[in-house]
Amino acid sequence: MLRFIIRRIVVIIPMLFIVVSLTWGLIRLAPGNFYTGEKKLTPAIEKNLREKYGLNRPWYVQYGKVLWNIARFDFGNSLKYEGQSVNQILFRGLPVSATLGLSAYLLALFVGITTGTLAALKQNSWIDYASMVLAMIGISIPNFVLGPLLVLIFALNLFWLPPALWNGFPSKSIVLPALTLSAIYIAYIARLTRSGMLEVMRSDYIRTARAKGLSETQVVFRHALRGGLLPVVSFSGPALAFLITGTVVVERVFALPGLGNYFINACFNRDEPLIIGIVAFIAVTVLGFNLLVDISYGFIDPRIRY
Amino acid sequence: MTDSGHGNLLSVTDLRTYFETEDGTVKAVDGISFELKQGETLGIVGESGSGKSVANLSLMRLIPNPPGKIVSGSIVFAGRDVLKLSPREVRKLRGKRIAMIFQDPMTSLNPFMRVSKQLMEVTRLHLGHTKKQAREHAIKMLEHVGIPDARSRVDSYPHEFSGGMRQRVMIAMALSCRPELLIADEPTTALDVTIQAQILELINSLKAETGASVILITHDLGVVAGMTDHIIVMYAGKVFEQATTTELFERPGNPYTCGLLRSVPDPTDEQGKLYQIPGLPPDLAHLPPGCPFAPRCERAEEICRREFPPYVQLTREHYSLCHFASDVYTKSQAQEGNR
Amino acid sequence: MEDEKPSLAPLETGSDPPNRRIGPEYACGEEDIGGEVLAGTSLWRDAWRRLLKNKLAVLGMVIVIAIVIAALIGPSVIKRATGSAYDFIPKDQALTKSFPPFRGPDGKFSWTHPMGTDNAGRDILARVLSGGQISLMVALIATLVSLLIGVSYGATAGYLGGRIDDLMMRVVDVLYSLPYVIIVIVLLALLPAKTPTGQLAQLFLALGAVSWLTMARIVRGQVMSLKNQEFILAARATGVSTPKIIFRHLIPNTLGPVIVYATLTVPTVMLSEAFLSFLGLGVRPPRVSWGSLAAEGAQSLAIYPWQLIFPGLTMALMLFSLNFLGDGLRDALDPQMRKE
Repeated sequence: MLRFIIRRIVVIIPMLFIVVSLTWGLIRLAPGNFYTGEKKLTPAIEKNLREKYGLNRPWYVQYGKVLWNIARFDFGNSLKYEGQSVNQILFRGLPVSATLGLSAYLLALFVGITTGTLAALKQNSWIDYASMVLAMIGISIPNFVLGPLLVLIFALNLFWLPPALWNGFPSKSIVLPALTLSAIYIAYIARLTRSGMLEVMRSDYIRTARAKGLSETQVVFRHALRGGLLPVVSFSGPALAFLITGTVVVERVFALPGLGNYFINACFNRDEPLIIGIVAFIAVTVLGFNLLVDISYGFIDPRIRY
Repeated sequence: MTDSGHGNLLSVTDLRTYFETEDGTVKAVDGISFELKQGETLGIVGESGSGKSVANLSLMRLIPNPPGKIVSGSIVFAGRDVLKLSPREVRKLRGKRIAMIFQDPMTSLNPFMRVSKQLMEVTRLHLGHTKKQAREHAIKMLEHVGIPDARSRVDSYPHEFSGGMRQRVMIAMALSCRPELLIADEPTTALDVTIQAQILELINSLKAETGASVILITHDLGVVAGMTDHIIVMYAGKVFEQATTTELFERPGNPYTCGLLRSVPDPTDEQGKLYQIPGLPPDLAHLPPGCPFAPRCERAEEICRREFPPYVQLTREHYSLCHFASDVYTKSQAQEGNR
Repeated sequence: MEDEKPSLAPLETGSDPPNRRIGPEYACGEEDIGGEVLAGTSLWRDAWRRLLKNKLAVLGMVIVIAIVIAALIGPSVIKRATGSAYDFIPKDQALTKSFPPFRGPDGKFSWTHPMGTDNAGRDILARVLSGGQISLMVALIATLVSLLIGVSYGATAGYLGGRIDDLMMRVVDVLYSLPYVIIVIVLLALLPAKTPTGQLAQLFLALGAVSWLTMARIVRGQVMSLKNQEFILAARATGVSTPKIIFRHLIPNTLGPVIVYATLTVPTVMLSEAFLSFLGLGVRPPRVSWGSLAAEGAQSLAIYPWQLIFPGLTMALMLFSLNFLGDGLRDALDPQMRKE
């Protein structure tokens, strides 16, 4: 177990290296610079700028500095938000994104598992069909369409909830963004739970459990759920990657001050330290989370040995 | 077999279990009847797909519905018709008075749950054991079925046991509440030959000890020979022949049984040739009008393909489903005389 | 012990994520369909029959075909009928604003713009149909790119086996756990192409390059189970070269799952394209796609909701139908389902 974890952590480091190098390379290969696009600068000013940001040094020195920064988890100052360090921005945006993502995911787990289990237990009933069609709709409506639609209905017509703004958790302002973000996960988790449960409910050990005289509820909760939810557990790895993509859109739709919004702005502004900072942060989060998921397998499925 | 005066523990009458499939109604069990006395062992023999497992799942009302459904018949267990009980009452039978061992011990135990928990579950449910009592009982049962070092292994997961050991765990689980009826559905098929004998021996000795009745389902005549009092031969959802074990082995009254007996390897046969019944079991959704075995039967004549055969009584306890039951019976009597 | 290391579940939006350990439904990679392929056309006829029995899948298929035809011929039909293309801005000042569906400039019922017009007075129906052309094209070509990479990669790994296979699949595992969307965003934001066509090409490559991983896994699993079958051994015994075995014998026999997965990749890629276009990183004006139209529409949501609703729902309908079709195909071609 410990060996497995160590081996995985050792793998994370080169992967982080690859991601960061790739990003840095892309930024450098792209024509122009963060200060182009605005007014034409005089050569003197340009020279000053280049000196200030170390752009006149050879590429390997700059690259080395980027890596060194990452190793210290200090990404320097943002180019666009002057006087603010990337870390400050990360710590400002992270709570927003994390709150949003977490509440959406918990909501999705709860609703998805319940619906999926019900659908599986009542296979081919109207509950099953209705929830699976709904799930398919959930998968098919892009969140950037769903979000504005929800805003249109609940904020602009019914006036129940605010269309934008962020007041943290718990507040009314989180409802629409979390709902928008979770729709697709509800749908996914419901489908995964359903197929997982169907699979398990047909298995021999469920027949054994029934032959013991357990009630259907006991059979489901004690025996079936654990195996039936394995697909959901294995989905939580990719789910995080999706959540990150999703929050980018949702934060944009609802104008929330989260990491996703900062990231897109940073990309358009060519704010190199901020881009690299956010990319490195996301990469570490995703890789670390995947490791956690893999470890959790060991607790859920005793057959797995590392 | 002498009538020991006990009443019937189980009596099944005209049981029919059908499955609705895309291809039509599959009559997996189609009008079978049999009786089982206390302390007796009944063997149910047939090829795969003959309906023997479905028949026994029906006894415990474990047929998944849909697609399966017990269409008609009665299953009287200890004086009450199982088919008329409420689901709650059936659950009180399951695991307590009727227990079951399944074919594949690899998949029949919950892989995510410690063996201790799976064993304790039954006694806590039916005997009202406390956690501690149930645990002690579980250990005792494991020792009983011959699991060495039971106390330290009780908390293992199923995958940490070998196939034979897992089947022993299954048996321990089934016998935890001292059931009156034990249904063993091909308990040895998935096991190595050497283990097979041990498991059968175990079932036999536990049966003797608790006085339970046993239904032993198998496709292997060799397995039932030494174990059972009565044998039912099933084919295409119907009982083809029913007799005491000795009678069936010595004077079979049905061509299908003769075929099965001939396909048991005979170590004394110098030629060492294995007989095999030609053809395959029929498609249960589209049965021909006549005898379902007719297309594969050596003895078949015109009438077999046209008319469904009668259920002929040959002796007091010997029945056979065949147009020529008496002929076959007389012939095997003659053969027996020659030996 | 290496085998029991949990696999990283793949990124995938079209269907349940395959996982090596769980359930036969996911194990289609391991499933052996060789014998049935040899049985010839009856496999496909059977699958087709089963597909037709699935009402939702048939409905999906009909809608997909309808939308594809509408997107292909719609814009030119509209141009013939009204003389204006999707980017036609009327000269009349009174018309260069947004009208609701089925309303003329006088506020009365009119057939001219069944989906209304946008802020510049352009017909939204024409724009949605033209956007459909681009969205469909991007999705199709990117899927083809992913097919090309995924099938050759997976087949090579599966056929060669051993250490090379280990290495190649480890690479796939590693790529799975990368937050690739983030890298695509950086790529597209920093390297804007000079021409709209160049931008499209970039989209194909970027989307195709990140969506081949699951395909590679599926094909590898298929090939692994096929490669020891007699007809492959026979081919090898008669001295057929390795690439020829892979491309002539192995790949054609993995067709079933590949088709199913490709059908499920199309909506995934389409969604990614829309996502990128929504962020302003995908399709650029004057070209439009469903995603870029929805992004435009979202700007004036409060006043002109139809600008978002029509492109958004058209796209949702397409994705919905594609997903049902893909699910139906999987059920029809999945040998596991057949046993029941």
